[in-house]
Amino acid sequence: MTAQLFSTRVEPEKRPPILVENLTKKFGDFVAVDHVSFAVNAGEVFGWLGPNGAGKTTTIRMLLGLLHPTSGSTYVLGYDSARQTKAMHAVVGYMSQQFTLYNDLTPAENIRFYGMVYGLRPAALRARQAEIIHMAGLEGREKSLTRSLAGGWKQRLALGCAIVHRPGVVFLDEPTAGVDPLSRREFWKLIYAMAKEGVTVLVTTHYMDEAELCQRVGFISQGHLVALDTPAQLKRLQMRGEVLEITVDNAEAAMRVLKAAQTSRILPLDEIALYGAQVHAVVNNAEQSVEAVRAILAAQGIAVRSINRIAPTLEDVFISAVKV
Amino acid sequence: MHEIAISTEGMVKIFKTGKEERCAVDNLSLQVGCGETYGLIGPDGAGKTTTTRVILGLLTRTAGKSSVLGFDSMLEPYAIRERVGYIAQQNVLPADLTVLENMRFFASVQSVSKEDQKKRIPELLGFAGLSDFTGRLTGKLSGGMKKKLALACSLIHSPQVVLLDEPTLGVDPVSRREFWNLLGNLRAERGLTIFVCTPYMDEAERCTQIGLIYAGKLIASGSPAQIKGMIPGQVIELTPSNMEAAEKLLDGTDGLLEVQSYGEKLHVLVDDFTRRKAQVEARLDAGGVAYDALRQIEIRMEEAFISLVSQQAGRDNAAQVAPAVNQAGGTP
Repeated sequence: MTAQLFSTRVEPEKRPPILVENLTKKFGDFVAVDHVSFAVNAGEVFGWLGPNGAGKTTTIRMLLGLLHPTSGSTYVLGYDSARQTKAMHAVVGYMSQQFTLYNDLTPAENIRFYGMVYGLRPAALRARQAEIIHMAGLEGREKSLTRSLAGGWKQRLALGCAIVHRPGVVFLDEPTAGVDPLSRREFWKLIYAMAKEGVTVLVTTHYMDEAELCQRVGFISQGHLVALDTPAQLKRLQMRGEVLEITVDNAEAAMRVLKAAQTSRILPLDEIALYGAQVHAVVNNAEQSVEAVRAILAAQGIAVRSINRIAPTLEDVFISAVKV
Repeated sequence: MHEIAISTEGMVKIFKTGKEERCAVDNLSLQVGCGETYGLIGPDGAGKTTTTRVILGLLTRTAGKSSVLGFDSMLEPYAIRERVGYIAQQNVLPADLTVLENMRFFASVQSVSKEDQKKRIPELLGFAGLSDFTGRLTGKLSGGMKKKLALACSLIHSPQVVLLDEPTLGVDPVSRREFWNLLGNLRAERGLTIFVCTPYMDEAERCTQIGLIYAGKLIASGSPAQIKGMIPGQVIELTPSNMEAAEKLLDGTDGLLEVQSYGEKLHVLVDDFTRRKAQVEARLDAGGVAYDALRQIEIRMEEAFISLVSQQAGRDNAAQVAPAVNQAGGTP
């Protein structure tokens, strides 16, 4: 994919649906976003990830034209976010983690409300309302109050309201916080159904297992774009160090011994942590470290059942990428 | 020394509002051994918070038994409180107190002597990585630091057991990892018993024992490996060109246990990967659905949870057909 190469000016008609060019935002002396460039292709599901305070939301606010960049620019569906905000808003959907729905209205009324805000004609709105009710699986619940709906339904309704005007780009800001795993899977099915129709989706999440569902992800840390690739490639290429899974009879004792070895620098361990009945260690080189780990544990009378190098999770990669 | 730190047996909690009854905790039995890290894992509204509060004696129990360190939740709540630390969900520490003032405040609430305070407060602040922030107003701390301070405060009276209700809610992955590393250190260094509620399936891997809770019922319990072992079969992952068509084509394949959508991918649970791989491919080929290379993947907690919940929902539906139904236990 050549998406990350869009650093020079691109002709308007050739711009990808989301284009961020050398974007910088300063608040006083604080640089919240520092020369960030990336692009999202048509129909792509893109994950925008970063720790709190890394510049994630600031970037989205600039994309939505709610905040002006200090320098650089963002384009959504070819519109300059800062200068053509109104035209851009007509073709963009946004869903926040608060699910901005009216609890005192029924699902159908919520859809009609958002449809009217976006200026849909009555006939078009009626057709669209039926579509969204169907998409969200709300048949038979059209007349219940929104407040009485379970989280998963509310979430799908909020998505429906965000796309009532058939936007070409949809921004989803932590859309699945607090929703159960089954509903989350349903929600992601909807996301990919939209993407198949050509809608471009940018989604933020704190769930790393959910980030794995994105086709491509960007990590932002302290205002810098630190990684941009598919989840599979990131796990292959981006991880600094390798993860060892150590299985022993007494994980607590092993943890104490390895922690002491790390503190006294006998063993160079980037990270050491208990995972249930096992210990995970991040090391520079797994092959070289296995025997050292085994020896240190054996010296303290702890028999090792197995030490395996395991594939890093996206969370491992994330932690490693944002660590200074 | 008790072998069992937390125990519930047939615990029930029914909330009554007017004529309506809602069963939040339904005949729940669990046991947490001393030194275990027990994760009560389930989505919002499953009954995690209610379970925790009944165990602590903060809510009355409708039926069944519950105790902490051998003390009954209803009869001896004060004995429990002296020995147990608790972080409530939406835990709010006074924002206009500094980090040190908050520690002192919790110490005096728990009647920790001045001498013990002198020793423990610096120790706990060091453990939580907050030694350099003692003078900072709590309201000015980052989300992750607030959680760590809450943990330090809950440990001020050297409890044997801590109950943590969604302690990592809303914090970013870096802070979440740091928080769990602190819990791991507490387990390794102090043998602390930790009972933690969480909606994050991946946090299950950090626990020694877990209980999966859904609609007030404990649907499975055991070590993370045991829970994953409850799911028969193996998982084939593939990315089809057309999701709906692929799901229809795969329906009825021999040895098919379940199909779960996973973003743009499908997770196809079958009895035997090597035997069924070719059959799955043949069905998709015949239906004209393109797909990338099929591969076998390890089952994770999330797949296990979804599968176990679906099985439970199937049983509940079957039970509703039968005449004897526990009305109060109906799922919302």
